[in-house]
Amino acid sequence: MAGTKGVLVDITRCIDCESCVVACRLYNGLEEGKNNGAKAMLPEKPKLAPNKWTVVQEYKIEKSGNPVRRFVKEQCFHCLEPACASACFAKALQKTPEGPVVYNEKLCVGCRYCMIACPFGILKFEWEKPFPRVLKCQMCLARVADNQMPACASVCPTGALTFGEREKLAEEAKSRIASNPNLYINQIYGEKEAGGTSWLYISDLPFEQLGFRANVPYRPIPDYTWQVLKWTPHIFIGWGALLTGMYMYTKRRAEVHAEEELYAPIDKDE
Amino acid sequence: MARTLHFGRWHFKLTATRYILILLTVIMLAAVVVRLIKGLGAVTNLSDEWPWGLWIGFDLLSGIALAGGGFSTALFVHVLHKQKYAPVARAALLTSLLGYLIACLSLFFDVGRWYNFWRPFFFWGYHSVLFEVFWCISLYTLVQIIEFGDIFFEKIKFPALKKVIHRAMPFLLILGIALPTLHQSSLGSLFIVAVGKLNPLWWSMFIPFFFVWSAFFLGPAMVTLEGTMASRAYKRESELPIYASLTKVTMWMLIIYLIIKIIDLNYRGVLSLAFNGSFESNMFLLEMIGTVTIPIIMYAIPSIRKTSWGVFTASFLVVAGVILNRANVCFVGMAKAAGASYYPSIWEWAVTLGLWSILVLGYCFIVENFSILPKEEHKTAPTRSAGAKLPFGV
Repeated sequence: MAGTKGVLVDITRCIDCESCVVACRLYNGLEEGKNNGAKAMLPEKPKLAPNKWTVVQEYKIEKSGNPVRRFVKEQCFHCLEPACASACFAKALQKTPEGPVVYNEKLCVGCRYCMIACPFGILKFEWEKPFPRVLKCQMCLARVADNQMPACASVCPTGALTFGEREKLAEEAKSRIASNPNLYINQIYGEKEAGGTSWLYISDLPFEQLGFRANVPYRPIPDYTWQVLKWTPHIFIGWGALLTGMYMYTKRRAEVHAEEELYAPIDKDE
Repeated sequence: MARTLHFGRWHFKLTATRYILILLTVIMLAAVVVRLIKGLGAVTNLSDEWPWGLWIGFDLLSGIALAGGGFSTALFVHVLHKQKYAPVARAALLTSLLGYLIACLSLFFDVGRWYNFWRPFFFWGYHSVLFEVFWCISLYTLVQIIEFGDIFFEKIKFPALKKVIHRAMPFLLILGIALPTLHQSSLGSLFIVAVGKLNPLWWSMFIPFFFVWSAFFLGPAMVTLEGTMASRAYKRESELPIYASLTKVTMWMLIIYLIIKIIDLNYRGVLSLAFNGSFESNMFLLEMIGTVTIPIIMYAIPSIRKTSWGVFTASFLVVAGVILNRANVCFVGMAKAAGASYYPSIWEWAVTLGLWSILVLGYCFIVENFSILPKEEHKTAPTRSAGAKLPFGV
């Protein structure tokens, strides 16, 4: 998809100010609750939730013998070929040409197959509501379609979030790594994972240490399913024809009993 | 305690067991009302880590598989015209129909926005496996209801309609095998999308084959189980020769299943995972040895296969094995990726128990009022509360 938009996250530049988290909540009008105040106020580490579409996660790790802290902004990766959208049987999740993967609650049945499908565990369900929705980052579709940055990126004071065309961002990421090979590790997370995602990450520490899932396949996930599903009509017609053939062939040879004489109800006067 | 309700031309005997089943159904209805009013969080232990629980992993996946007796028996009796299996054909169809109705009900309770359940009929997410499952299960349930009409209109005289159904029967029967072949396999394909999440012992591009194959070989075992239980409960002669003869089908299919499993694991280079001593590997070995290998051996030995207890025990293992397989795929294999624990809440159990109680009650009502089981020539003298006193008394 040419021209599809994305965001490049440079983990080395994030200072954990959480401006992006606040901007997200305000722009999207997410309800406040006990789980989405400032991180310092939370009893445990923050988690994505139906009313919390992005969080900044803190990691205390070692870098060449010294303790360091790193901050990772989490939100939907907006896969180029999203597993969630391919899993939705009601077309409630769709990939837009602009880049965002968006949810339409009117069509949603609430089956949660998208949650099984998502390789990153992003989708969150409103378990406490009678008519729950499946919610996640929408990458501010209205803003992105208007060629504006998503709310989070627009407020980032350190340049940790860069908005732009996804292909250009991938080049930008490569040139940053090339110009500073001592700082960055030579991997762009999201370049190949799940067939590529609209959000890309670069880092100075291995991604596995920063909570990124390592076993996400490089092949687009919908491909796996389609490889099997595409046989459906052939199997249906082929198997149906074979059954019809066997039916006609064996019928001529069999003596068919009258069914009504074979069966009876269990005796009632007991 | 035991008395018989009469309403018009219908009758339903009430025994102690049946009172308990009715009570379980009532408890289920209460849980369902709370679930519909207050949401899934109020009655289930489901979470963002475990979006699918008991109702999907057991009631849907196992329920539909256990109903596999319907399509495998239909293939033997109505397509291959093997008339010697005809005595068990209608009972298999009935259990299958009831199984599907139960599965549809449990799905309806499980989906969050249930008033939208019809959407996929009009918004075609054909790239989703669930789309195929949804269409096939809906159509097949409809096909089974029409097929049952053929039996229903024997009792309720409506010759014109019965004639129409009779005419359409060959078409319905073939549709009634092709559709479940598709969605039994698709229930497995559902988990292909969980690549990287489902443990490689179960994740495979062959999982649709394993699901449909196991649903098919489960059929004869299930027919044996329910037939034996029904004959005990109703003090009838068991169809032992039929069951013993059906074991040949199951045995060979189990052997092929086991061989392809091993080839598949070996080809993907994950066979060693089965022996690494983890919880997953132990559950996998339990499944493969306890419920595949042992039944093969039991079926292979005539002195076991030809006795009532032998064929019953082996069939029980096969049925338990398919349930275990579905649980391994849906729970054990997904646990590591979920990173949290899940145990069904008491209300989730209550709904499951209630649904299966409805199935048993429905089965009893229908076999007592319609011509489902074969006519008996030599009947043992029935006693009034025969059902309640026996181990399988219903």
